[in-house]
Amino acid sequence: MKKLLRRKSTIAFAMALPLLVIIASLVIYPAFYSIYLATLNKSMEHFVGLGNFGFLFTRETFWMVVKQSVIFAVSAVFFKALIGFFVAHFVHNVPTKGQRKWRGMLLVPWVIPPAMSTLAWLWLFDPSYSAFNWIFEGIGLHGVNWLGEPYWARFAVILVNVWFGAPFFMIMYLAALKSVPEQLYEAASIDGANWWQKLWFITLPMMRNIIAITALFSLIVTFANFDIVRVLTNGGPVDQTHVFATWAFRVGIESNDIPLGACVSLFMFPILAIAAIFILRDISRRGNEA
Amino acid sequence: MTAAAQRSATVLRAARPASMRRDRRRALFWSYVFLIIFVIFFLTPPIYMLITSLKTSAEISAATNPWWVFAPTLQNYIELLTSPVYLTFFRNSAVVSVLVVVISMLVSIPAAFSLSRMRFWGSTTLATGVFLTYLIPDTLLFIPLFKIFAFLHDLTGIEFINHWWVLIIIYPTLTIPFCTWIMIGYFSSIPKELDEAALMDGAGYMQTLIMIFIPVALPGIIAATIFAFTVSWAQFLYPLAFTTSADQLVLPVGIVTTLIKGDVFNWGQIMTGALLGAAPPLVIYAFLMDYYIAGLTAGATKG
Repeated sequence: MKKLLRRKSTIAFAMALPLLVIIASLVIYPAFYSIYLATLNKSMEHFVGLGNFGFLFTRETFWMVVKQSVIFAVSAVFFKALIGFFVAHFVHNVPTKGQRKWRGMLLVPWVIPPAMSTLAWLWLFDPSYSAFNWIFEGIGLHGVNWLGEPYWARFAVILVNVWFGAPFFMIMYLAALKSVPEQLYEAASIDGANWWQKLWFITLPMMRNIIAITALFSLIVTFANFDIVRVLTNGGPVDQTHVFATWAFRVGIESNDIPLGACVSLFMFPILAIAAIFILRDISRRGNEA
Repeated sequence: MTAAAQRSATVLRAARPASMRRDRRRALFWSYVFLIIFVIFFLTPPIYMLITSLKTSAEISAATNPWWVFAPTLQNYIELLTSPVYLTFFRNSAVVSVLVVVISMLVSIPAAFSLSRMRFWGSTTLATGVFLTYLIPDTLLFIPLFKIFAFLHDLTGIEFINHWWVLIIIYPTLTIPFCTWIMIGYFSSIPKELDEAALMDGAGYMQTLIMIFIPVALPGIIAATIFAFTVSWAQFLYPLAFTTSADQLVLPVGIVTTLIKGDVFNWGQIMTGALLGAAPPLVIYAFLMDYYIAGLTAGATKG
């Protein structure tokens, strides 16, 4: 027994044990428990199998949430990646000693807790005192009912999400840009390549891994986004901007139908599984290279 | 770069045609133009927060130029910083975040050491698994956790819901996987000879970790600490789901739920509260930007 305690693997296991206990009891177990919860009836007394799913499929709101979640996540990630990519290039272009200052200012949206910064957006979009509308009216345009009309409200939640997430992409891409050897560009210049060719044949291939993994990460996080939608529109107008997370909260906690809420949140699982497969493949490939 | 390569590079630079230099200057000019545009876009909300926070309610509802403060006042700040409710939010947030940072470090540093250095059966799979759990979002877990806490209440008689300390139990699930992952990356970059030498000299594993790994990997630990703190400070979903009474709320939820009362929005005060709530992460970021960014990029570059 004493010998076993002194063995290296035993000590190693003991040091990792708190981590394992916390993850197993507060992440893995709840994740599986939510699958079980999703198969119960509202009062959680008896098993209804896939009944909750069947019920969801007949509800119009559910399909609206599916559509909105996909539109929200895909377009937000796309614009975050696009803006992040270009802003990273602009920062990379300016002289090195000024880069720190620019980078410092550009990362601010990411640093502010999203629930706080979304309040600022809520106030910027205010129906009667909107500061944007003040500018619009000043230059002779009509004010916009930002959060009251479904299309504008959808635009607003995506805009805020892009504003919050683009700096993260910028930092990632900037780090990737810095790792591209300068000689490649010099060689390309000598061969007469223009900036577009340099971007397409050098920068993009060299950054492919980072671009893919950052987009994947962001897709997961954006798909599961809660704070921004909750604070900005709370799903409204008439449930038009609900995503899975906010609707699950509405159904599960606020309407007290825990099984149905669990059921809704489980729809975030497929995207997670797909992402996990890609990331695992990436990790194992790197393992083989090493 | 060898001396010869460096010389040829300088020769190249000198031999650059004038058109190329002009291209460069034009690229620089447009880079600055777009950078300014994006900085305006990125900084508008925080600056607007500041502008509004300096206004009185009368000036806000007077519908004058919203982008300018005509009669600056610190009234909102004074009111909030002397309001016991707001100070309670602040205290709850601070206590929860600091304790979560301590717990995260105490758990993730030994775990990372064991997973990166001591290799036991299944340790590589475990390291990957830890990272994957980081991907399970809080929005998937809050409903089952809610039910689990209700169930534990029936079992033990301890009420978990609507107590701020329940957040200290849940937040580590958000911070520990990523902190462990960052630390595994930093520990792996420490040369093996270092700990082998320590073990040879008769140091135990704990001694090796405390005397050698922690000092050497200090930048990583700082990055992980900052990450853990900002995540706990900003977390919104769990406190919204698990706490309801005003004295149990943390800052983000407190501002969103209590400062917005019915139809009367005191925007000056809301913006002040939000700005003060954003201040701790912003201050940390201002002083430790490099560590902050190191922690941010560690996930993708080392994963």
